[in-house]
Amino acid sequence: MNINLTLIGQSITFFAFVWFCWKYVWPALLGVMQEREQKIATGLQEAERAEKDLELAQRKAAEQLKEAKAQAAEIIDGANKRANQIVDEAKEAARSEGDRLKAAAQAEIEQEVNRAKEQLRTRVADLSVAGAEKILSINIDAKAHDDMIEKLAAEL
Amino acid sequence: MAAEQTATGYIQHHLQNLAYGKLPAGYTRTDGTVLSESTWTIAHSSQEAADMGFWAVHLDTLGWSIGLGLIFCFLFARAAKKATPGVPSGFQSFVEVIVDFIDKTVKDTFPHRNSMVAPMALTIFVWVFLMNLMDLIPVDWLPLAFAHGTSALTGADPHHVYFKVVPTTDLNATLGMALAVFALMIFFSVKEKGLMGFVKELTLHPFHSGKWYVDIFLIPFNFLLEAVSLIAKPVSLGLRLFGNLYAGEMIFILIAIVFGVGVLGFIGASFLQMGWAIFHILVITLQAFVFMVLTTVYMAMAHDREEEHAHDQ
Repeated sequence: MNINLTLIGQSITFFAFVWFCWKYVWPALLGVMQEREQKIATGLQEAERAEKDLELAQRKAAEQLKEAKAQAAEIIDGANKRANQIVDEAKEAARSEGDRLKAAAQAEIEQEVNRAKEQLRTRVADLSVAGAEKILSINIDAKAHDDMIEKLAAEL
Repeated sequence: MAAEQTATGYIQHHLQNLAYGKLPAGYTRTDGTVLSESTWTIAHSSQEAADMGFWAVHLDTLGWSIGLGLIFCFLFARAAKKATPGVPSGFQSFVEVIVDFIDKTVKDTFPHRNSMVAPMALTIFVWVFLMNLMDLIPVDWLPLAFAHGTSALTGADPHHVYFKVVPTTDLNATLGMALAVFALMIFFSVKEKGLMGFVKELTLHPFHSGKWYVDIFLIPFNFLLEAVSLIAKPVSLGLRLFGNLYAGEMIFILIAIVFGVGVLGFIGASFLQMGWAIFHILVITLQAFVFMVLTTVYMAMAHDREEEHAHDQ
């Protein structure tokens, strides 16, 4: 059991191995481990976030579905209303068109009647003048008796 | 070998390192030859090894400790090179368990910023553990193989070839590491606190009055106490590891002697050997851990500035 140079040799060896471990072993290993830790942490975080996202998306989808259903119902409702309205409008238009046509026809008829009456009246006046001429055998100034004749025609 | 030697000789043979050193001119060697001039040679007896003085080297201690350290470096460097942040493979996860354990232990005891302390703790733990682990190899295997191998190669008497397998049972090895730790303690103390800070820590502590004319007379007492506690640290660090392993080795040697004492002795020694070996697994791990933790604690003390601040106020 002698203390000798081995003591110094062991100290130098110690420093050499510590230096080697310090430079080439420890940083590499710890770096890898920390990287993995980070990876796992992010992975877990992302999984959690994805879960939350999924829940949110599901809720959103349900909401949208509900909304869409409501919208569809609304649209159908509106369409129905509009259809009724169009039908009503068409009915109304048809009715007014019919009325207009009827009125026009009536007016034409009236016109025709009036024209016929007028013609008749002139003819009657002519006839009565001709008759009176013949009866009286005198020349009646048509112009002088126009008023009277017209009165007669209006009485017809 | 035990059959040809006395028990004392057997034990002494096991406790002698393979020493390589210088013998002076005119020295009478164990085999009776007288050296005509001073020679560098391998000691053939404990007496020769002792006479070599300080300028001798224990080839077995250094060989095994460097070899085991290289194994540690090689395995861990390879694991570090191959390491991926993905799913770790078998050996990588084993290494990572150790690294993680060391990292946690160091973080618990060493609150300062120094990137060297944790790798040093890892080196100490694994290296000392490997050196201690050699203790579990049956005491005669490697020395016998080495002695007969050398005698076959060089014709040397196998009885005069010494070979100690466990480096940590050599006081040189444990004190060598403790001295290295001590050097680092002083280095970091001076680096962190400055030379004056370190001197103050040694002289103005633990007795301190705040009045300079009183403090001056307290300096010798303080210095005596602090110097003793400072020097006691590496000494106890080295001796603790050495003592535990040396004692363990001694028990293994004693059990090995019992193997030769008849059938009953053989059976009894088998049980003793097994029991002690199992218990020793605990001891070698614990001692490696203790050496590591104490080194880390000493490093933390070297970095600690608390006391200095207390003095300043």
